[in-house]
Amino acid sequence: MSVSVAFEKARADDRAALVGYLPAGFPDAEGSIDALQVMVEAGCDVIEVGLPYSDPVMDGPTVQAAVQQALEGGSRTTDVLRTVEAVAATGAPTVVMTAWNPVERYGVERFAAALDDAGGAGLITPDITPDEAGPWLEAADARDLDKIFLVAPSSTPERLAMTVASCRGFVYATAVMGVTGARSSAPTLAGPLVERTRAATDLPIGVGLGISNADQAAEVAAYADAVIVGSAFVRTLLDAGTDRRAGLDALRALTEDLARGVRRA
Amino acid sequence: MSTAHEIRPGYGPDETGHYGDFGGRFMPEALVAALDELDTAWQKAVLDPVFIADFERLLRDYAGTPSMLYDAERLSERAGARILLKREDLNHTGAHKIRNVLGQALLTKRMGKKRVIAETGAGQHGVASATAAAYLGLDCTVYMGEVDTERQALNVARMQLLGAEVVPVTSGSRTLKDAINEALRDWVASVDHTAYLFGTAAGPHPFPSLVLSFVRGIGDEARRQCLELTGALPEAVAACVGGGSNAIGLFAGFVDDPDVALYGYEPGGDGVDTDRHAATIWAGDVGVLHGARTYVLQDEDGQTLESHSISAGLDYPGVGPQHAHLARTGRASYVPVTDTEAMEAMRLLSRTEGIIPAIESAHAVAGAMNLAKERPGQTILVNLSGRGDKDMATALEWFGLGDAEATDEPTEQEQ
Ligand SMILES: Cc1ncc(COP(=O)(O)O)c(C=O)c1O
Repeated sequence: MSVSVAFEKARADDRAALVGYLPAGFPDAEGSIDALQVMVEAGCDVIEVGLPYSDPVMDGPTVQAAVQQALEGGSRTTDVLRTVEAVAATGAPTVVMTAWNPVERYGVERFAAALDDAGGAGLITPDITPDEAGPWLEAADARDLDKIFLVAPSSTPERLAMTVASCRGFVYATAVMGVTGARSSAPTLAGPLVERTRAATDLPIGVGLGISNADQAAEVAAYADAVIVGSAFVRTLLDAGTDRRAGLDALRALTEDLARGVRRA
Repeated sequence: MSTAHEIRPGYGPDETGHYGDFGGRFMPEALVAALDELDTAWQKAVLDPVFIADFERLLRDYAGTPSMLYDAERLSERAGARILLKREDLNHTGAHKIRNVLGQALLTKRMGKKRVIAETGAGQHGVASATAAAYLGLDCTVYMGEVDTERQALNVARMQLLGAEVVPVTSGSRTLKDAINEALRDWVASVDHTAYLFGTAAGPHPFPSLVLSFVRGIGDEARRQCLELTGALPEAVAACVGGGSNAIGLFAGFVDDPDVALYGYEPGGDGVDTDRHAATIWAGDVGVLHGARTYVLQDEDGQTLESHSISAGLDYPGVGPQHAHLARTGRASYVPVTDTEAMEAMRLLSRTEGIIPAIESAHAVAGAMNLAKERPGQTILVNLSGRGDKDMATALEWFGLGDAEATDEPTEQEQ
């Protein structure tokens, strides 16, 4: 199911959608499924399941730590697909956020098929651009999977137009120049970027990188179609350590808070 | 300097940096504008006589190139072939890396950026970057895996003395690949005022081509010097391959000479039949790492494997795309050399010629000694990419040196 379903629903409610990220296999295989299901119950409209990768160049220390824990726990590509299946079963559109090499290694066509079979909506590919994504574009188009590429404050108008033309589902606007990780203030570069992106596409635009609380979510929800949160969710589970109950409670509270934020704008 | 930024027609990249099936630019969108800007600036610079004159002057008056081509007669006697050594170890800062860094740092000045960042494995690229930054008045931050800061402590001190900030990287395998990750993370956030001085002929387009354009002097000089010295071209040339800059610089001079065989020696660690090595072309599979499609040491899920080499500068699970292409087309051969073979070659060259090579370069010497058995009487030109001072702690431990009493080490005659 394409993420567009969730965006339409949010639009009908006259609010932005809340998109939540956690890596598969964190804190462990079952734990990540439990956590993602809590996030859906507590108000996430769309789920991003991260595929843990050994060289997470676009991630800051928080996500790096979670990914490392997942890999040390033996998380495999097939576990990611299993996680997608469990989360998609809740009815929330579920996409995979992944570095490129694991997809290429699995086989692009084979990955697309497995993702589709698992009920996944598509892929977010932060470390490549449409220029190098030919085989994925083809495989995704053949199965109507969402293709979510990133645009950045540094994107030129030409590149922005090219990128959104290759997207399906939504466009991911990176709010800051930098890696993932919670930041204390709302992003200042995101507004102008969303404006430029809007001029180039009718697709919904999600803003991510650095958003961690309801106030920031409300601020971003005023001009974006979705608020994307990752590191802040990861942080609640890292802070809870081995106390799973406390971790899920904190995760639920944060999700509810952010869900109120996207409705406040 | 040749201004050609391609290896040669037939081996050059297409417009988007692909060498056959390899290379390209697999990078976050946030960095694409910066890579385009770099590409444009470099394309212009290599056509600008002022830039070329500046680069040539720095290479000559500051770095001390052309490095000499040395007829290693005593080593040749041992080898049974004529071994010529391209003495890049005599360059300022002690390795071929200074060539690349001076080119990129000059380009940084030209682009009006005030800060440079670099990754380093052995520390040679970090030292070269810190040196160029000091000379040209740029701020410099060097990312170095924590494991490498320990085994190359001398180079950490050199960088600090030169005024650079050295950041130990504690993520992943805490070696070169993780230092590259960390440098890229810095760059995504600092790209408007910072240039990334990439240390080898790998990474996203335009880095492989750009680095080649700055290091190809190694091969161009060596070809000329060999003709002067011997009246002929060598039958084979040899270099060690980490990311691939010194090897591609050497190969560039000879790739159009079909009778010259090209040999790249990969770090074989404990042996390529173990899982402790960094012989990427020999044992890796095609994948994408650090911005390029190339050979990668990876597991069946595409996770990068931890590499191992006694030589920090070769301890990298990827390789530049130009080498992947030269291997695929069969123009160059890539062969592993173990830690033990490299350390033996380090001692052999020290004892026969009075030249202590970097352990990286010792891989090329060891490879050439093996090659000589297949090519008796022929001329083999070896790139001695760096000097061994930085490796004394490793040698001390490996050979049990440092204790003036201990003499049970084999003498030269016994070897
Ligand atoms: C002396 C020396 N040789 C070789 C290398 C390997 O790099 P490359 O393969 O890019 O030449 C290094 C890297 O640090 C080095 O210091």
